[in-house]
Amino acid sequence: MQESSELSQLPDIDGHFGPYGGVFVPETLMPAVRQLADEYDIARHDIGFQNEFSSLLSTFCGRPTPLYFAERLSEKLCGPRIYLKREDLLHTGAHKINNAVGQILLAKRMGKTRVIAETGAGQHGVATATVAARFGFECVIYMGKVDMERQSLNVARMEFLGAKVVPVTAGQATLKEAINEAMRDWVTNVRSTHYLLGTAYGPHPYPMMVRDFHRVIGEEARRQILEKEKRLPDLLVACVGGGSNAIGLFHAFLKDEQVRMVGVEAGGRGLTPGNHAARFQGGKLGILQGTKTYLLADEDGQIQLTHSVSAGLDYAAVGPEHSYLRDVGRAEYDYASDDDVIAAFLSLSRLEGIIPALESTHAVSYIMKHAKEMLSDQIIIVNLSGRGDKDVQQVAQYRAGSGT
Amino acid sequence: MSKSSREAKGAGQRSQAPLMNASIQNRIDTTFTALRERKEKAFMAYITGGDPDLPRTVHIALALARSGVDFLEIGIPFSDPLADGVANQLGAQRALAAGATVPKLLTVIHQIREQSPIPIILYSYLNPIFQFGFSRFQDEALSAGADGLLLLDLPPDEKLLPDRTQKLHRIRLVAPTTSEVRLSRIVADASGFIYYVSREGVTGERTDISATIAENVATIRKYTSLPIAVGFGISNPEQALKIAQMADAVVVGSAIVRRIGEFGEAPDLIERLDRLVRPLVTAVKSAPELTVHA
Repeated sequence: MQESSELSQLPDIDGHFGPYGGVFVPETLMPAVRQLADEYDIARHDIGFQNEFSSLLSTFCGRPTPLYFAERLSEKLCGPRIYLKREDLLHTGAHKINNAVGQILLAKRMGKTRVIAETGAGQHGVATATVAARFGFECVIYMGKVDMERQSLNVARMEFLGAKVVPVTAGQATLKEAINEAMRDWVTNVRSTHYLLGTAYGPHPYPMMVRDFHRVIGEEARRQILEKEKRLPDLLVACVGGGSNAIGLFHAFLKDEQVRMVGVEAGGRGLTPGNHAARFQGGKLGILQGTKTYLLADEDGQIQLTHSVSAGLDYAAVGPEHSYLRDVGRAEYDYASDDDVIAAFLSLSRLEGIIPALESTHAVSYIMKHAKEMLSDQIIIVNLSGRGDKDVQQVAQYRAGSGT
Repeated sequence: MSKSSREAKGAGQRSQAPLMNASIQNRIDTTFTALRERKEKAFMAYITGGDPDLPRTVHIALALARSGVDFLEIGIPFSDPLADGVANQLGAQRALAAGATVPKLLTVIHQIREQSPIPIILYSYLNPIFQFGFSRFQDEALSAGADGLLLLDLPPDEKLLPDRTQKLHRIRLVAPTTSEVRLSRIVADASGFIYYVSREGVTGERTDISATIAENVATIRKYTSLPIAVGFGISNPEQALKIAQMADAVVVGSAIVRRIGEFGEAPDLIERLDRLVRPLVTAVKSAPELTVHA
């Protein structure tokens, strides 16, 4: 394994995490991504920027979020002590707001007047619309038509916040197509517009920058668990779509070699092409939407259809840093099926009085399956990255048998 | 061309690019040389390979050559063409639905090559070529009869391709947002010709043409003696003539692809394409002699 102190120094100056990452965009966008990388590099070392960011995270977003001991869940599983990192309690209902605040401050520094974003479950769209309203930016959100239907509550929220939500009908009309459409908008309006990408994915500097804006999740969790338990956890678990909440939790623990890390992908209806979004199960190395990473493609390089009960994980590629952490053995990746996720959704709701987002429920589902393999004096932190209000209708439909 | 003060240093000196270029001579070079001798500008047509199906791509390509097209750009379809507008996205979808794959398209190129000497530039995104294998792709594309390769999402900053050992030109894009420092690096790595993206945006038909083309093409000429093709947004003879007065070659794609989408199944598809393309060719050929830039 690579020295863990080196791991946390990645990526290199051009955005490479070992063989992954990089900048694979049309020439029109190259100056914009380079400018963003330069501007971010200045901002990350600027005390004024960092202070404004921290201040907004606490007063606008509600940080720090609690690290909550899930007593009844721990008892029920007869295993280790399970803590939930309550990102679901943040303003707008998910971790996404951390990154949205960071990027809108950068957009302001760069003199942009308009922000665009893609969204899957709608949480990143809501977070973007929220910070755009707060800072007076014009805001356009691209969202797959299928996702607009399954997350109609979030569509309404974005519109109330003053954003324009544009339905995307190409392909399977979910997150991947929304990113394509946002990239096309960015190519066209690159001088006025900042693309507020919502996950640790895409061309450099996005994977690094989005990770850094979410790094506060792990920093807080590390401090909180040391306060409560006087020791580090044995296991961290987080769901992985693009992978922003997972890398946000993991990053502050990379150097703590005794802490295992598991990312949980969407197993959907089963691991056959078109039925899942588990890129590390049957995926391959490739290049999509600006970065080189694991993705789901056929033998001719065409990106495959994906499926997940959770719109936020329904995506064909994974953030490049996760590919690297897996390669070097620092993190492991598993998956949870739609059925198991729905069961875990109900369990957490009834045991703890917390309705989790379907995305985050993938991490809960992993724990329900694997906690029994661990000892009762061990400690797990699960990143509860979002709340499930948006998913109520979806779960009701699924239980009625009409969910797909 | 965007000029940041930090990057403007070092601008202006002429590049050594033709040295690298001189090592490759294929149909792209000989065609540009012949056109210069005839004092003509070039017309490039883009079609999506495999749209509406593989056999008809051969027919369409040969018909375009008969209509006076000087260069063919053939798209290798990708499921996620993020630099392309709706017309080319739909073209790619039709081609994939009709069974286009990289190996089958290489066969199509070979079939075109058996019947026509027209230079062929392959246009694609990285992933299909990456999965096929770059070295293998370069070898097989060259032996099928292709002359150039343009990868939309591979900037020169990423060293992903094997060293150039083959006589397949690597066509590079320059955009209105490209700084002069980037430009000098891009042309140093390019051969065949420079593809100037006429506007900030995706491919597709537009009613106007960008006001900055002449100035930016002139800037590119300061750095390279390679021919300059201009594409993105050009669809009618008036626009084609204006572009031909500024550049060495005019590229029209979406207008042709849209026509193939509308009339792909019509018995008179070839005649319809001829009626679309001939006036474009005529407009380009009526433009005055190439600006000599030596």
